[in-house]
Amino acid sequence: MLELQSIRLTQDDFSLSADFAIPVGARVAVIGPSGAGKSTLLSLLGGFETPDAGRLLWEGQDLTQALPHDRPISHLFQDNNLFAHMTAAENVGLGIRPNLRLSKTEQARVSEALTAVGLTGMAKRRPAALSGGQQSRVALARVLVQEKPLIFLDEPFSALGPAMRGEMIGLAKEVSDKLGATMLMVTHDIADVDRFADLVIWIEDGHCHPPRDWAEMKGDPPEGLTHYIGV
Amino acid sequence: MARRVFSITFWPGVIAAALVAAMTLGTLGAVALRAESFSALSRFDWLAVRFTVVQALLSAFLSVLFAIPAARALARRSFPGRGLLITLLGAPFILPTIVAILGLTAVFGRTGFVSTVLSWAGLEPISIYGFHGVVLAHVFFNLPLATRLLLQGWGGIPAERFRLASALHFGPKDVFRHLERPMLREIVPGAFTVIFLICTTSFAVALTFGGGPKATTVELAIYEAFLYDFNLGKASLLALIQVVICALAVLLSLKFRVPQMGSGGLNRVVQRFDAQNASARLLDLFWVVIVSLFLLAPLVAIALRGAGGVTDLPASVWSAALRSLLTALGSAALAILLSLALALSALRWRGLEIIGMSSIAASPLVMGTGLYIVLFAITDPSIWALPITALVNAVMSMPFILRALGPALAGAERDYRRLADSLGMTGLSRIRLVLLPRLRVPMGFSAGLAAALSMGDLGVITLFARPDAATLPLQIYRLMGSYRMDQAMGAALLLLGLSLALFYIFDLWGKRRA
Repeated sequence: MLELQSIRLTQDDFSLSADFAIPVGARVAVIGPSGAGKSTLLSLLGGFETPDAGRLLWEGQDLTQALPHDRPISHLFQDNNLFAHMTAAENVGLGIRPNLRLSKTEQARVSEALTAVGLTGMAKRRPAALSGGQQSRVALARVLVQEKPLIFLDEPFSALGPAMRGEMIGLAKEVSDKLGATMLMVTHDIADVDRFADLVIWIEDGHCHPPRDWAEMKGDPPEGLTHYIGV
Repeated sequence: MARRVFSITFWPGVIAAALVAAMTLGTLGAVALRAESFSALSRFDWLAVRFTVVQALLSAFLSVLFAIPAARALARRSFPGRGLLITLLGAPFILPTIVAILGLTAVFGRTGFVSTVLSWAGLEPISIYGFHGVVLAHVFFNLPLATRLLLQGWGGIPAERFRLASALHFGPKDVFRHLERPMLREIVPGAFTVIFLICTTSFAVALTFGGGPKATTVELAIYEAFLYDFNLGKASLLALIQVVICALAVLLSLKFRVPQMGSGGLNRVVQRFDAQNASARLLDLFWVVIVSLFLLAPLVAIALRGAGGVTDLPASVWSAALRSLLTALGSAALAILLSLALALSALRWRGLEIIGMSSIAASPLVMGTGLYIVLFAITDPSIWALPITALVNAVMSMPFILRALGPALAGAERDYRRLADSLGMTGLSRIRLVLLPRLRVPMGFSAGLAAALSMGDLGVITLFARPDAATLPLQIYRLMGSYRMDQAMGAALLLLGLSLALFYIFDLWGKRRA
């Protein structure tokens, strides 16, 4: 269980508050208007920001002060998920060893992961020689080898077309199923939520509502959500 | 509260900054401490102070004055060789001073081309020595810099404004008043101050073309006080005056927006509707030809007169060339290492970068004098001539290197900080895998710059070198002094080739995989 206990973060005139728990293995969509604090929430959970108050626990272990790489989290950011000067295999290999000194077995794990995301034979390519979808696949292959129990996606597929985005979300689900991981995804698109989420966190003006079942939330939406969707 | 994860050790950068501070401030302190008494400055010394300021003002004024029509011509005309000419405008920066001096002598000297033409016309030959020789050399070095800076200014005026001007039936005067004058008002003060600063620290030009009561700079006076009189009191007082002059110029430059030397905005020719008539075309042609001749003639003269001599240079020249090459490579390595350490730590504390750039207001001769005093207490300083030269040159090139590395480093951190932090890429892995690949292009450029600057340096080495252990520029200076001009020209051609080759090879290494 990922527990956010009375967490508060203030940045200039913006403040974010969250107090809820996410069960293990859940697929959670984080939605809300622009500037509501969706990315800030993920930054906070990822350790790129430290809360002014409150505690963050994973399976009872306190993560509030842990450094980003000491947290049990794999990230897919909005952009810059791949190092442009490294090959696909190197970008994946970083998920195993950040100094890239991989053993034979570890190199085999990299190839395996690339095959699993449908990139057989593309290990030596650099991101510039890959399509947008293929770049996302490389990033997902890295999530696969990182083997962390939490996966955070911050609109990583927003530059892709609708069909490709659906495909990538499907692949992300496969990856998380393989790892038995808990997944959080920030998105703007209700179609993505339908495709992906069983729980939804609605954020408005820096206030994070506790996760609710998506089907149930659609039946009884908070006022802001009705405006946001525009129906 | 936002948190920055500091994934790279802070200390190497602090040590680098401390070294730079020791070189700029520490050496000044050493000179001042060693001085038994501040002997009063003679009239001669005050003349040097006045000459330094006056020649720098005039050099800066003339450089900017001629750069304005030249830059305008380049900005609004496209012609074959334009790109080459613009590249050439960047060359004087890495051109060894002694090479330019020899080239200018070959063109403007007593037996040079210009004097020969004048004597045909029955006129007196001109002399390149003294006040006007110093100013001529400074304009040769800085007119190209001013032209490039102003060309960027012209490039920065949006093309739409010129179209609008044409739609409003602006004549050339209106275009000048509404478009060009506001731009010049912004760029000229900065360009002027930068060139003034460069000219106040002039040593090698004053050493060769100047001298005597009427044409001695403060730097040259320090050299003379140190080498001829070993009067450290006077040397340190002059050193302090030099620092004050530089500091004032730097303060002045802070007041103005100093244009950044970049490659942006140089390649675009804006279509101009106000300058299509014959007289405007003729005027632009005149300026392009004059500037090209002024820049090229000295270099061509070196190539022509040196080509004959380069094959039978004495062995002393070749061993000097080897010493210079080793010094230049050592200096480049030091400069890169120090700048990199400093720039990495400056991500955490910006103040370090300012310390690293402080050598822009420091005088290499003051550094040399201070180091000489410190070393003299321990050992024979002349043994350390080459390492000291490499170190001083490295520190002097750091402002330029930091300016090249800083933005690239900040960009790499901005793009990849989160990803690298989340993957746990810290310390050496972070530097090796994330930062160095992104820094390759500016690092190649910087190493080339540092190597070329050190290769051509004729400053500190004049204080230290034993007669049998000169660097190539010093050897050329000695050949000049003994009137062996053909050998000097040949050696200058060798030096020019080596400097350009060093810059080119490093720069190419940086760009190879980019």
